[in-house]
Amino acid sequence: MDSIADNNMVVGYETAPASLMAGARGRKPRRTLSRRNIIVYGTLTLVALYYLLPLYVMIVTSLKGMPEIRVGNIFAPPLEITFEPWVKAWSEACTGLNCDGLSRGFWNSVRITVPSVIISIAIASVNGYALANWRFKGADLFFTILIVGAFIPYQVMIYPIVIVLRELGVYGTLTGLIIVHTIFGMPILTLLFRNYFAGLPEELFKAARVDGAGFWTIYFKIMLPMSLPIFVVAMILQVTGIWNDFLFGVVFTRPEYYPMTVQLNNIVNSVQGVKEYNVNMAATILTGLVPLTVYFVSGRLFVRGIAAGAVKG
Amino acid sequence: MTSVSVRDLSLNFGAVTVLDRLNLDIDHGEFLVLLGSSGCGKSTLLNCIAGLLDVSDGQIFIKDRNVTWEEPKDRGIGMVFQSYALYPQMTVEKNLSFGLKVAKIPPAEIDRRVARAAEILQIQPLLKRKPSELSGGQRQRVAIGRALVRDVDVFLFDEPLSNLDAKLRSELRVEIKRLHQSLKNTMIYVTHDQIEALTLADRIAVMKSGVIQQLADPMTIYNAPENLFVAGFIGSPSMNFFRGEVETKDGRSFVRVGGVAFDVTDYPGQAKLRTGQKVVLGLRPEHVKVDEARDGEATHQAVVDIEEPMGADNLLWLTFAGQSMSVRIAGQRRYPPGSTVRLSFDMGVASIFDAGSENRL
Repeated sequence: MDSIADNNMVVGYETAPASLMAGARGRKPRRTLSRRNIIVYGTLTLVALYYLLPLYVMIVTSLKGMPEIRVGNIFAPPLEITFEPWVKAWSEACTGLNCDGLSRGFWNSVRITVPSVIISIAIASVNGYALANWRFKGADLFFTILIVGAFIPYQVMIYPIVIVLRELGVYGTLTGLIIVHTIFGMPILTLLFRNYFAGLPEELFKAARVDGAGFWTIYFKIMLPMSLPIFVVAMILQVTGIWNDFLFGVVFTRPEYYPMTVQLNNIVNSVQGVKEYNVNMAATILTGLVPLTVYFVSGRLFVRGIAAGAVKG
Repeated sequence: MTSVSVRDLSLNFGAVTVLDRLNLDIDHGEFLVLLGSSGCGKSTLLNCIAGLLDVSDGQIFIKDRNVTWEEPKDRGIGMVFQSYALYPQMTVEKNLSFGLKVAKIPPAEIDRRVARAAEILQIQPLLKRKPSELSGGQRQRVAIGRALVRDVDVFLFDEPLSNLDAKLRSELRVEIKRLHQSLKNTMIYVTHDQIEALTLADRIAVMKSGVIQQLADPMTIYNAPENLFVAGFIGSPSMNFFRGEVETKDGRSFVRVGGVAFDVTDYPGQAKLRTGQKVVLGLRPEHVKVDEARDGEATHQAVVDIEEPMGADNLLWLTFAGQSMSVRIAGQRRYPPGSTVRLSFDMGVASIFDAGSENRL
């Protein structure tokens, strides 16, 4: 069979008219330095540089000593690299009476963020799953109320929440703040999970029901394993949102529980003494490091998650 | 013995009535096809039988047990879905055994049932694979296997072949038929594909707007459609319809359509025709004879517009009695466009419907 096929091919090849043989063939040639490429990449590079400039200034300044900063050339690279400002920002800078730097705020933020993220995602994913798949009576009304909640300005609710937390006896504690973060994350996360679960084939859910799986079995055995991408998205949203939160941190906690952002503000805005720009820059970068890491690490995981989840069953 | 019985079943979504006081009895071991275009309520009915949709009114019995309010798993049904609905993160084996594990069936029994299903469907080599590593046909086979391991009396198929390409579709169609013949389970099969319905069914229920239009064996559905909708829905190309009026002359009955008078004296229901009655005459493409009239038979002239050779058949589109008409003849008989042909009609297999009620006369 093979030899016959080969022969046929050869015959067809040789009898093709000469006009078909001549002319362009092979891969289409590409010019790398075309006018279009120059414009596109030129613009992109310019914009990227523009956005990177502040980061550059921050890093450079944080590595300089104060005498060098006073010279005033903020774009110049450090003549003498010193990590003193970083150490000071982390463990020595004073906020109020405490002089143990940002480290206290960092651990506070960790203690706030980790439980808030886990609890809010756990609840919201079940919410979304129930709303998308179980369509209980009043589901639409419940969902509408939840979504409306996302559009009410935080400021309106601050005072009522203070009262509620006070009555619950958790005002000023980490628990109180965790509750607040969990509640405020609920509308957007529920929406996120509901839409994701609603996008999964409904027949999978039906098949699982025919197989006898109940609410939790379907959630844990069928839905969860298919939902890694959306969990990563939710995690990114929550970690960055809660880590960067300032308002709730100020309002709902006492100074010893202040999250990193609030402490950063207190360090940077302290009115006494000289402004230590290098320490301030180092402190700011330290505070931003967590969301930055989350983006870098889970960004890759996110792409992988989508690729894994894209396989249709 | 009835296997599945549906009594006065109604389903409303808000103000929309999807199923309206529907009754249906399915015998044990019967292969029933629910046929209709999309939105006719056929899948809805199947989902109600499966217990995946709560009914608004009425009752459902499976094996003489009222299951109207039972959970799907307690109804003794297995279901196969259009999109296969295999759990993507599980291997084929886990897909098959998932329901049995949920039901806490002993592992030895699970292994036995999975092995049996895999053998029947010839998917043993695939057991360790994930659904994403299977072809469409293999996936659907696994999906059937998942219904099979449940060891149930009633199989529900929701358009199981619609996602497959034409060749696989006809292969799996045969396989489902073979499966039914060997298992002898009750099967309820939803499709919009009339070929699947005609080839698989013991009986077909043709549905429209939540109402069963006709429930009968495939040949009755095809040859003696109960009303105009069924007549037009079944058959491809569809039945040719001629709107006309009944005339009587010299003891013979005619249906006059414009300038043409069809002699319907031989029509089985001829006695029901009244002079002057407005009717619709239906003729299937293969019931029109081209240049084959017996001696003395009345013939009519027509001109071929388009010829569609389809291999075994040849389809001619003609203009006749002021409208387009399709005629099916043997594949080797060719009539180029423009040919003049002499048509004659076999009224013994024609259908005549009242133009008002649209019911068969």
